[in-house]
Amino acid sequence: MSTATEAKSGGFLSGTANYLDERTSIAVAVKTFGRKIFPDHWSFMLGEVALYSFVVLVLSGTFLTFFFQPSMAEVHYDGSYAPLKGAEMSIAYASSLDISFDIRGGLIMRQVHHWAALLFVSAAGLHMMRVFFTGAFRKPRELNWIVGFVLFILGMAAGFSGYSLPDDLLSGNGLRIIDGMVKGIPFIGTAISSGLFGGEFPGTEIVARLYSVHIMIVPALIILFIGLHLMMVVIHKHTHYSGPGKRDDNVVGYPLAPVYVAKAGGFFFLVFGVIMAIAATFTINPIWNYGPYDPSPVSAGTQPDWYIGWLDGALRLAPSNLDVNIGEYTIPMGVMLPLIVSLVFLAAVAAYPFIENWVTQDKREHHVLDRPRNAPTRTAIGAAGATFYAVLWAGASTDLIAINFQVSLNSVLTTMQILLIIGPIIAYWVTKRACLSLQRKDREIALHGRETGRVVRLPHGEYIEVHEPVDEYELWKLVDFKDYQPTMVRPNKNGKITFGTRIRAAVSKIYFEDRIAPVSKTEFELAHHEHAPAIEEKPAAKPKAKRKPKAIAK
Amino acid sequence: MNQEKPLRRRPWAAGLVIFLGLALSGGGYAAATQAVKTEEVSTADQISEGRNLFLANCASCHGTNGEGAIGGPSLIGVGAASVDFQVGTGRMPGQASGPQLFKKPLQFTQEQISAMAAYVASLAPGPAIPADEYLAGNGDPTHGGELFRINCAMCHNAVGAGGALTQGKFAPNLNGVEAKHVYEAMVTGPQNMPVFNDSNLTPEDKADIITYLKYVDDNQSVGGFELGAIGPVAEGLFTWVFGFGFIIAITVWLGAKSN
Repeated sequence: MSTATEAKSGGFLSGTANYLDERTSIAVAVKTFGRKIFPDHWSFMLGEVALYSFVVLVLSGTFLTFFFQPSMAEVHYDGSYAPLKGAEMSIAYASSLDISFDIRGGLIMRQVHHWAALLFVSAAGLHMMRVFFTGAFRKPRELNWIVGFVLFILGMAAGFSGYSLPDDLLSGNGLRIIDGMVKGIPFIGTAISSGLFGGEFPGTEIVARLYSVHIMIVPALIILFIGLHLMMVVIHKHTHYSGPGKRDDNVVGYPLAPVYVAKAGGFFFLVFGVIMAIAATFTINPIWNYGPYDPSPVSAGTQPDWYIGWLDGALRLAPSNLDVNIGEYTIPMGVMLPLIVSLVFLAAVAAYPFIENWVTQDKREHHVLDRPRNAPTRTAIGAAGATFYAVLWAGASTDLIAINFQVSLNSVLTTMQILLIIGPIIAYWVTKRACLSLQRKDREIALHGRETGRVVRLPHGEYIEVHEPVDEYELWKLVDFKDYQPTMVRPNKNGKITFGTRIRAAVSKIYFEDRIAPVSKTEFELAHHEHAPAIEEKPAAKPKAKRKPKAIAK
Repeated sequence: MNQEKPLRRRPWAAGLVIFLGLALSGGGYAAATQAVKTEEVSTADQISEGRNLFLANCASCHGTNGEGAIGGPSLIGVGAASVDFQVGTGRMPGQASGPQLFKKPLQFTQEQISAMAAYVASLAPGPAIPADEYLAGNGDPTHGGELFRINCAMCHNAVGAGGALTQGKFAPNLNGVEAKHVYEAMVTGPQNMPVFNDSNLTPEDKADIITYLKYVDDNQSVGGFELGAIGPVAEGLFTWVFGFGFIIAITVWLGAKSN
């Protein structure tokens, strides 16, 4: 097709392109964006999954808005679901049932929307973990970490506000918990709750209010922040894993057009397809099972969607006997403790890039990612945080763990409470040691090559195992990482050692006291000299790029 | 003219009146409380067979006369429904002591269970085995669903998928449980379950609840596989393990192509 159009100048395609370019200068944009380089690695596609799930969410959500009615006025159900016929319920619930039973394609759209939401937040979470463990949040990307963090919170907000819309028993129970938490905040709680629900819970307002939040405010903010997020990706350029020719001042990979346009386009449809396949085969949130919301019944197995689970778990694991009485006021620590702990956890996640930078005082730009093992303390902190989160998360399903594994609910709770404290400590220690050991192994391989299992007898009678040197691409990965050392306590310009300096030195010691230095050139050459007779005849490996990089953007 | 005493003055009249009064009040009471009655009247043979089975299989814990012992509670007054439920679902004879007895394969034939039920019912009146009219599942599922959510769902989950209680006790899954056993559980309150007597939930209410459960049992979820109907935890787990597992496999595939 293209040859035909190109053959005669001024064909339809080029004519149109020319027309557009003369009026919009679009060629500049196409050239710039088309030549943007993206490196190839599976872990770089997790954020994409979140983006694509969001697109699916917007598409399916738009469909749902045509049929959902956010009103809490009472009606008698007259749809096709027999066990609710004639039951009194809100219009919101009745219209959700209609979407599920009486509107063509309604149920699959509801299920697509809900599964996509679960996938959206989990993709965002995994992406965040990838960024954390590879150190992609370092300068110049600290602000983008914050933007991503805000997106994660917005994802939770979008999810929760959507979960509460159908006004079924499950969502009403969820709202009741929120109401209880809000009311538990000293002094202002009752007023906030009353403002939120327009009077006493559940009131007649909340569904309509959450609807605005769910379909307007939060999605608009998400789109805004996705825009910011991607803009910064373009400005910063993508990071890449270490390898020959990959430096902190370049990006090695393929251009957006045509490679990534095709790849990403195809990937979008794959993600869409997976969501459709799941939604077509697996029930999600069967609201007809839960029945209309009524403040009196609470069903067993009432849990939030997974991304709110850790907060529910925090509520369940909090000891119930720590309430503080000040005069005639009670501060309910069963509510305040989970609230404080989760806020501190989130604040720590958001602030981590700045904390690490304060420790390392590293002002350089970083575009080459760390292998997690090469930043043992960060990886260990991440593992501890993930464990903390995971225990809270599991805490939300204590009842299901108890019933499915036939153990006592009370012992599950106590076990989780203990794990919440010691789990992260164990995870920190184990991860840090594992990282250091892996680094030692890398060092060994870089210096002496891989063990081949071939034992050779030398002419003078000595037995020696043949080590095969790793090829230079592999070698690069093993030796190319930054090495930090604990900072010394030094007086500042005024000749004073400040408190901050001391703290920083102490933290820096925790971070970098145990470290495995990367292999230096001298060490490498020395090792190879020593082993020269035992190493097979192969060109000596040098940590230097020889293969022509695929494409390099400056 | 030998004056005949009026009927009401005859010597046996008082006895007759007392008898009638007792029969009316007692019979009325019995009729009111035992609206549900077994059709087949238990025969003396059945009771004696039941007693033999009881002595051989149950007496070690429940006492030779069903009066209860260290191992098990008294069965006087628990009624035929209780025996039919406990033995009919395999929970009795119990296997081991623990927070709660599990359902097991049946140890007796229905005939033997009926015999034991008749024997236990003969010890003292108690809830009887429900009549079939309440078990057919032709009541009002909407009303049944509402009653179920209010009275049962907090332990058994909104569709009877079951739930945990304290200290290892639990409310079992109601999927596939016979209507008769559901009814009997409501009237007898086995193990940790409260009793829902006929003044709390009328036999018609119970029939409605059974209708609702039957509907849930008979109708597969319109949305596809139900993942155990235990709610968002199963959904989240599925997302992470299968949904995301599949997606990561795709990313690895896409990432590997170029190398």
